[in-house]
Order: sequence, then C-alpha cells, then structure tokens
Amino acid sequence: MSEHATLSEARGRAPERAAPLLEVRNLRVEFPTRRGKLVAVDDVSFAIGRGEVLGVVGESGAGKSLTGMAVIGLLEPPGRIAAGEVRLEGERIDNLPADAMRKIRGRRIGAIFQDPLTSLNPLYTIGQQLTETILAHLPLSRREARERAIRWLAEVGIPAPENRIDHYPHQFSGGMRQRVVIALALCAEPRLVIADEPTTALDVSIQAQIITLMKRLASQHGTAVMLVTHDMGVIAETADRVAVMYAGRIAEIGPVRDVIHAPKHPYTVGLMSSIPKLGEGRKRLAQIDGSMPRLTAIPRGCAFNPRCPSAFDRCRAERPELAAVGATRAACWLYAEGR
Amino acid sequence: MSAVASTVAPARKATDAPLLELTDVGRDFDVSKPWLNRVLESAPRLLLRAVDGVSFSIRRGETLALVGESGCGKSTVARLIVGLYAPSRGGITFEGVDLSTPGSRESAPQIRRRMQMIFQDPYASLNPRWRVGRIIAEPIRVNRLLADEAAIGARVGELLRQVGLTPEDADKFPHEFSGGQRQRISIARALSSNPEFLVCDEPTSALDVSVQAQILNLMKDLQQRLGLTYLFISHNLAVVAHISDRVGVMYLGRLVELADAKTLFAAPAHPYTRMLLDAVPDLAMSGSARTPVAGEVPNPLNPPRGCAFHPRCPFANARCEAERPRLVRTPSGASVACHAVEEGRLTAH
Repeated sequence: MSEHATLSEARGRAPERAAPLLEVRNLRVEFPTRRGKLVAVDDVSFAIGRGEVLGVVGESGAGKSLTGMAVIGLLEPPGRIAAGEVRLEGERIDNLPADAMRKIRGRRIGAIFQDPLTSLNPLYTIGQQLTETILAHLPLSRREARERAIRWLAEVGIPAPENRIDHYPHQFSGGMRQRVVIALALCAEPRLVIADEPTTALDVSIQAQIITLMKRLASQHGTAVMLVTHDMGVIAETADRVAVMYAGRIAEIGPVRDVIHAPKHPYTVGLMSSIPKLGEGRKRLAQIDGSMPRLTAIPRGCAFNPRCPSAFDRCRAERPELAAVGATRAACWLYAEGR
Repeated sequence: MSAVASTVAPARKATDAPLLELTDVGRDFDVSKPWLNRVLESAPRLLLRAVDGVSFSIRRGETLALVGESGCGKSTVARLIVGLYAPSRGGITFEGVDLSTPGSRESAPQIRRRMQMIFQDPYASLNPRWRVGRIIAEPIRVNRLLADEAAIGARVGELLRQVGLTPEDADKFPHEFSGGQRQRISIARALSSNPEFLVCDEPTSALDVSVQAQILNLMKDLQQRLGLTYLFISHNLAVVAHISDRVGVMYLGRLVELADAKTLFAAPAHPYTRMLLDAVPDLAMSGSARTPVAGEVPNPLNPPRGCAFHPRCPFANARCEAERPRLVRTPSGASVACHAVEEGRLTAH
C-alpha cells in the first residue's frame, strides 16, 4: 500500500496551495484522421472546487463527454490530449503513465456512465465487483471490504443489501443497476466523480430518484461532481455551476441560476427557449435553425455564427474568448467593449 | 378517396366523429420457454399482457398523446393501430372500418395509404443503401399513386420542400444528413402517400433539444396545413404538453387516465399521473420540494393484483389491492381509473 501513502501525502499538500480540486487549462483533444486532425475539444478551461457540482451541458458532438473522458484518462485512441493540462489537487494528471492513472481512477476520481448494464461485468456478482474495487484502493481485509460494500449498497437505497450483494447485474432493474454503479463509483470515497449522462437511460420517475440520491451523496461525502448531460432539467436540479459547450468549446460558464434565468450567449438563449416546458400549453417552441457544425467544417470566427440571430462581421472573422458578462462568462462578441 | 395522389388534402377541422376507435383492445405476447423445455421442465405457458383493456378514440384533426414509462405498452398500442401486431382481444376501427380481424386490412387497401408511421430512431428507420428520393417515393410506388417518373420526382421535391429540405437532397444518401434532417426525411416519406393519420412513436426522443424544437414545430405546421390527425407516443411530458390536445397516461398495459391536455396538466387526477408530473425536472428552479417517487414499475409478467399501481401508491387501501379500478369519468371531464379518485378520497391537486 505504498502508493496509498504517497496519495495521502499528495492530498495533505494540496490544500496549502489552495488549488481547486480539479483544474483543466486550455484542454485540446484531437483525432488524427487521414484527411487531417479533427479538433473535438478546443481550448477548454474550467475548475471544480471541493464538493462542487459542475454541470457540463451541450448537444451531441459538442465535446462534453470527451472532456470528461480526457479528465479521467479514458480517451479512446486515436483520440489524444494535444494541448493543455489537467490538474487534480494541484498535481498534473494528464501526462501520467497508464498504471499511475489507473490508481487515481476509482480512488481519487470515480466514474458513472450512461448505461448501467455495460458498466457492470455480467459474469461477477455485484459484491465481487464492489469488494474488488474497495480492495484495490483501500487497505482493508476482504471481510471489511464486504461489510463496506454492504453499507454502500444500503446507502444507495438497495433494499436487503446483505442478500442482494450476491446477485448478478442481470438480476437488477435498470434503476437499481444505476444505483450499484453509483456505489461502485463512490465506494473508495473519491474526491471527484465524473458522471456522464447518469440518468439518460432511465425512466423519468427513476431519473428523479437517482438525481436525488446523487445530490444527497455528494453533499454528505463532500464529493465534487462533474455532471455531463444534454438535459438542462437535470443540471437545474443538481448543479452549482454549469458550462455550456458548443462545437468543442465552452460558450458560456457560470452559476446555474444565472445561466438558466439570464443566459448571455445567444446559443444558451436559444437552447433554453427551445426546451419544452410544462405549463406553457401548446405554445410554439422557439427554435435554433440549422444544426451544430461537423468537426470537419467548423466555421471561421465564432462556431455559432451561421445559426446566430445576432451575428455581425466580427463574429464571422474572429473567434471570441470567454469574458465576464454580469455573473457569468460568455464567449461572444456581443459583449465585447465598444458594442 | 381515389386519385388524390397529387392533390394535397384540404385542411379539415376537428369533428366529433372519431377517425380511429379502440374498444377494449388487448395484446398478449407468448414468452414461454420452447416446447421441449416446457415438456421436460414441466414449465407452464407464460403470457405477457403487454396491453389490456385499452379503449379510446381519436377525432379527426386532433393530437392524442400516449405517455408512460418504458414497458407500459404505449408503443405496442401504436403497432396495433398500424397493423404491425394483431390484437389478441378487442376492436380497432378506422372511420368505422374494422381493422382488428386478420385479413381485414388487406380488404381495405386504402387504409394503409391513409395511415402512416414515424419511428423513433432516424438512423435505423431509413435504408442506408437507398437514395433519399427512392426512400420517399416508395409509398407512392407501392400504392401506385403516380405512374410517371417525372411526376414522382416532382412530388418528392415538393415533399422535401414541405419538410424544410431541398429537392436536390433527393440524390443524397441518409448518412449525409444529421439526425434532425433524417427525421425530416422520415416525415416526408410518411407524408408521401397523402395520409390523414400519422402514428408517431417517440419521434423526437433521439434528437437534441434544439433539433427537437424544429421537428415539433414542423409537425404542428404540417398538421395545420394538411389537416393531419396524430397519435403521439412519448415518455416526455413536457413535449406532450406542447403538442397534444388530449393525453392518455398508461401504466403496465392499461390506461389510467385520459383527459384534455389542459385538464391533465393543470389538475392531474390519477396518483401515477401526479407522480410523473412531479418527476419532471424543475427548470424554473423554483426550489419547490419534489416528492421523489418510491419504487419501480413491477414485472409485467407478474403484475400486482387489483390496481397495478397500488404497491407504489401513497393512497392505496384494501380495495385497491383487491379490485381493479375501471376508467370512470370525473366532474372535470377526465377519465380516471382510480378507486381513491372515484370515492373522493383524493381530490384534484
């Protein structure tokens, strides 16, 4: 357990420097192809504080999942981090060798993925999977690990955990499986959890249960969460801050209330008003015409300019950087000086 | 209704005569083990009641939505209506013509033309090896609506324009389009036989929200312009609130509430409907406390006795556990299958 000692040393050092729990700086993810490099995530920077829930929202292809995968070191080759850095508690983790990264995953960063069936091994009981994870990261005996696994199953709301622990994944319903996945992500008590569309595959009533559960666990254990989803409703219910991604970049980032109630970037404005809401009756929805550009054809200037109702010359020529606009930060020339 | 191929049907107003009527429709699926296992293991036959006792009607020009969680039978109802499954029990009539008995659809060939379906996944429902023009023209050719190729080509171009694409797109393959554009192609294909009635099974569930808004708006415009009648299947209550005139809520194969969209969203009666509405994430961030729903949908192979919802229902009593409630009209005009509502133990929210 020597790596355990060094890990706790690292953790002991971190607060002195008062670094945020996770810091991502100028992250760029590329996919080399025959016809040149595709830039899927471009110059993305953000930080997550201890115990904070950061929502990352965007439509398919916006780069939100890839950002999460880059942080946790699970980019599928040939995708690779081409530039920028990822720091966990002040320590760079984007250039670590594979086995060092494997020790960080699970112990310091947990992961919850969309499909609870494919994130569990169908050939092992959930007890075996939980104790294996616990033993890999914590200096416990097999028996203590099993007790801990049962405690975690109880904590995520699985009835009769003493019996259920010896069941196989297929013996659980979708909602219960996602609870097991959450237990698996949290059982080594990581400081950060990357949750990629954790409720998307679930029915609405189960979705609400899982959101409530994740919120409770995150605040009880002080776990920070990077919540990647396409569903603004889930973000509104769960996140403290939200980053809105479009075509590989962050279009707007800020406190969730401000982004939802007073969005600044025209894309966020359009996105918010195109979401059907209860209580609006049969009103016509506002729509953003067109669709997100393909990675092979990202427009010059602001990537959103061909769909933007307020685009002007500068938007078509120069790419805007994130800048403070009121309580949030938006990458939009509308708010640049002189406008 | 003959020789209507190239003329667009004039917009019709909603009338009281039902276009489509389902009476006590049920569909079972045999999920037994194979015959040899049954003999050797003396395992019984196993029937899954996917849909049971469902009755409703759809008036011309209106949109009826069916909502519910996965496994509630809403897609089975859609498939029963378009004839992809035959009902095990009950009757389905379209403008008074019976569709429920085997062979009845063949004797009424016009029915197929007048009723079309839009599927959930625009990646799976378009043939990847066919050009878009051929995909859209297929219903025209199958129904022999237009004979000459030039007329078919012109009609395909007109349909593409109608759904917001261009006639030039007819020469492309589906993979050249985004998800939203593919769903537009599916809609153009469904419209190519001049149908009056469209069954839409989760048409926007696979799409991003900004694209979903485009498709929902397009569907509304087309309904107005062509006088279409929709059966809209969805699990998303907010989407349903935007598109439907009336809403049916299904739970474990049965309708538990059927009401005007206004009534249903303003004053949901059935405890399950209330639960579903409570579970919709609160975008306004009003901070109002939600009651998270306890429990999950039971196994449909072994549904609870009495009211299928009673194990999860906070208002259940002994009667709910024993006796299955029937759909009963409430003073607000909704039909609700709930003992608590019927007895007045539970008043509207």
